[in-house]
Amino acid sequence: MHKPVYVAGGGIISSIGNNITECIHALENSNSFIGEMQYLHSTHQKTLPVAEVKKTNAELAQIANLPCGTTRTALLSMIAAKEALLNSGVDNFNRLRTGFISANSVGGMDKTEDFFKTFSKDHQAGRLRDVVHHECGSATKIVADKLGIKHLVTTISTACSSSANAVFFGARLINNNILDIVIAGGTDSLTRFTLNGFNSLMILDNEPCKPFDENRKGLNLGEGAGYIVLLSEKAATTLNIQPVCTVSGYCNANDAYHQTASSSEGTGSYLSMKGALQKSGLRPSDISYINLHGTGTKNNDASEGAAVKQLFQPHYPRMSSTKSFTGHTLGASGAIEAVFSVLAVQHGFIYPNLRFTTQMKELPFAPETTFSRNQAVNHVLSNSFGFGGNCSSLIFSKL
Amino acid sequence: MEDVNIYIQAVAGISPQQTFDTTSFPDTVIQHTGNRLSCVEPEYDDLIDAKLIRRMSRIIKMGTAAAVKCLQRAAIEIPDGIIVGTAYGCLQDTEIFLQRMIDYNEELLTPTAFIQSTHNTVGAQIALLLQCHNYNNTFVHKGFSFESALLDAVMLLKEGEMKNVLVGATDEITNASHDILTRFGLYKNDIGSKDLYNSNSKGTIAGEGAFFFLLTNQPSERSLAKLGATEFFYQPENNETIEENIISFLAAQSLTINDIDIIITGRNGDKENDKIYNELEGSVFANKQIINYKHLCGEYPTASSFAFWMASVIIKDGSIPKALSSQDQLPSANVKTILVYNHYLMDHHSLFLVTAC
Amino acid sequence: MEDLKKQIVAQFNLKKLKPEDIGNDEPLFVEGLGLDSIDALELIVLLQQEYKVKLANPEDGPKVFRSVNTMADYILQQQGENAHA
Repeated sequence: MHKPVYVAGGGIISSIGNNITECIHALENSNSFIGEMQYLHSTHQKTLPVAEVKKTNAELAQIANLPCGTTRTALLSMIAAKEALLNSGVDNFNRLRTGFISANSVGGMDKTEDFFKTFSKDHQAGRLRDVVHHECGSATKIVADKLGIKHLVTTISTACSSSANAVFFGARLINNNILDIVIAGGTDSLTRFTLNGFNSLMILDNEPCKPFDENRKGLNLGEGAGYIVLLSEKAATTLNIQPVCTVSGYCNANDAYHQTASSSEGTGSYLSMKGALQKSGLRPSDISYINLHGTGTKNNDASEGAAVKQLFQPHYPRMSSTKSFTGHTLGASGAIEAVFSVLAVQHGFIYPNLRFTTQMKELPFAPETTFSRNQAVNHVLSNSFGFGGNCSSLIFSKL
Repeated sequence: MEDVNIYIQAVAGISPQQTFDTTSFPDTVIQHTGNRLSCVEPEYDDLIDAKLIRRMSRIIKMGTAAAVKCLQRAAIEIPDGIIVGTAYGCLQDTEIFLQRMIDYNEELLTPTAFIQSTHNTVGAQIALLLQCHNYNNTFVHKGFSFESALLDAVMLLKEGEMKNVLVGATDEITNASHDILTRFGLYKNDIGSKDLYNSNSKGTIAGEGAFFFLLTNQPSERSLAKLGATEFFYQPENNETIEENIISFLAAQSLTINDIDIIITGRNGDKENDKIYNELEGSVFANKQIINYKHLCGEYPTASSFAFWMASVIIKDGSIPKALSSQDQLPSANVKTILVYNHYLMDHHSLFLVTAC
Repeated sequence: MEDLKKQIVAQFNLKKLKPEDIGNDEPLFVEGLGLDSIDALELIVLLQQEYKVKLANPEDGPKVFRSVNTMADYILQQQGENAHA
């Protein structure tokens, strides 16, 4: 049995708030800010609702204390990572082996897609500074360098499960006694590339999404970043930090069905949830709340629903998809939802699933529709399933 | 956990050399002219199912083919894990979709290029081809992409729940990426691979490749070599730090530089880049047999996977290949311990220790 | 119809197939050519780009794209309706 991996705190920025306090406020008051595009320029501005962070790049750069031309992906990352460190009470971390494990799927694409317009007509044209941080790893490097973390820094990109895998990898680095402290999570900014990509798959809703509803029509894209600070037992003691919960289970499995669609039985989802439970030594009935991947697409929700049914029947825990608030933040979703899961354990939160009206015919359960606090939330399961069949599940537990 | 050995059971790769169809180092070295080394690619149809291959761009075909070949050589149908490192991801598909967005003003876009452009596509397509439901991960951190994948694989094997892991790295050059990186001043414009190390000028040559390794914690007669240890470090303060890291890396394995038969270094012909190798050859690496590899595969973020492949096949055969003996080295027999030291663009440094089983 | 077959072979990179090898009534999806949901999306775009015909309801996809015959029928029907609109 491994020594526990502790969570010391988290940080977040999303369309519903620029920090944890604001996000909790929105969750409690059922305020989602999915609506018309205000910051990204696109042909689809009026037709595709999105969940943008309500700040311009200039504003974000000021908060992040990074240069103004920095990719939005890195700006969001910096803000959330800084909040995580602040909330965790970890300072002067260079006394211990510290790592930054971040994830994203778009990298610097917000700048590249502008660069490409000019470049495609003439390969000698376009400003190089717009493409210098195109790589996914660049956003991570920018933030790690700014935070002063050098010991172990890397980037994961597995589509929508990216930052769940970052948390998972971070926990294992601690379990394998390679690191004492890990800031783990992910980020993604809204880009025309992903917006048009998802639109070409015809899985976007032209209205605010309704995950796990019988009449759901698709997802809304969002953006944001989330990080949690993981500590070894030694680090918690040395730094005299009172952790808020543990990462007690994790699993990574592959659906191996199709590049983008999930199998109808939810094989990958089932395996990753089951594996996470096995890792934690918990039974399905021990789970207090599931933060569903719940994108709102016909395919995901049916597939995930089938897997939840198979694994948990006949006792279904309370569950909801917070993507009904934040939209689908792609590479950041696993980490944003990890932060929500940590808060759920910490404060006994159960989050509502917005805009849910009709139970899915094939499922014998329905998501929560109201927010509550001070509930008995001992163990939270958080799901993140992505393109390429990459499925990851995390479990957070009370101390 | 410390007592778990990591064996390299099989290797396979596509590179600017004829590395794919042989399990040893190729008999002849291809000398490339120009500053862009392109891969020698196999026939893919025998290796990849027709239904999948029709959607695959070049990098995905390269990665998938190398993975399939590696598994064939390892006699393993479904690995316990699949991990890929790639710094650039799937550039060709990314460019196609970007171009379409511009040409059609974001209307009437077809999804194939988009869905194939995500960085985890190579790992995902391998899993799909094999129907492998096991652990699957992709690292995308610049000059540490392959090293991170290797670290993850080693951890999985040491954790004990898996017996084998398929781990590899892929990166490609496209016309657009080459033009952009050229504008960044990375490359020489008047030299090919032949005189790369004597040029005493700025710039290197571009490369690409796809390499896969089947690592296992189970000893077997098939094993080519052992991965003794791996380490990577970022932005070392100075050359002394690098030397200290190398010495302590070996010491942690109860070794000194005297125990190393050959050192493979990541010289790339760029004057600044190669300064550290000059230093080391005057200090820690003095009087050691040194082999370079970037004249064979070019410079790219996951080029260290080529070096790892090279170390593996040299250990397997036990001697420096004849094709490399033109580097003023006599082919030496009894090669049992190889140290690989590489850095990518000064920031990302890595070490591999590869030993005989 | 021959144009349609050529376009299908080109769009889906079906290298080993010649347009004349596609039967008019041969199923395009699952069996026969073995196309999938992503290919269906590509066909929707193909219809719009080459024939200016929009698939009003994506759920009609399986019906319309069942074979080259059904596709051709749909195109002619829509073009006829467009002409009268």
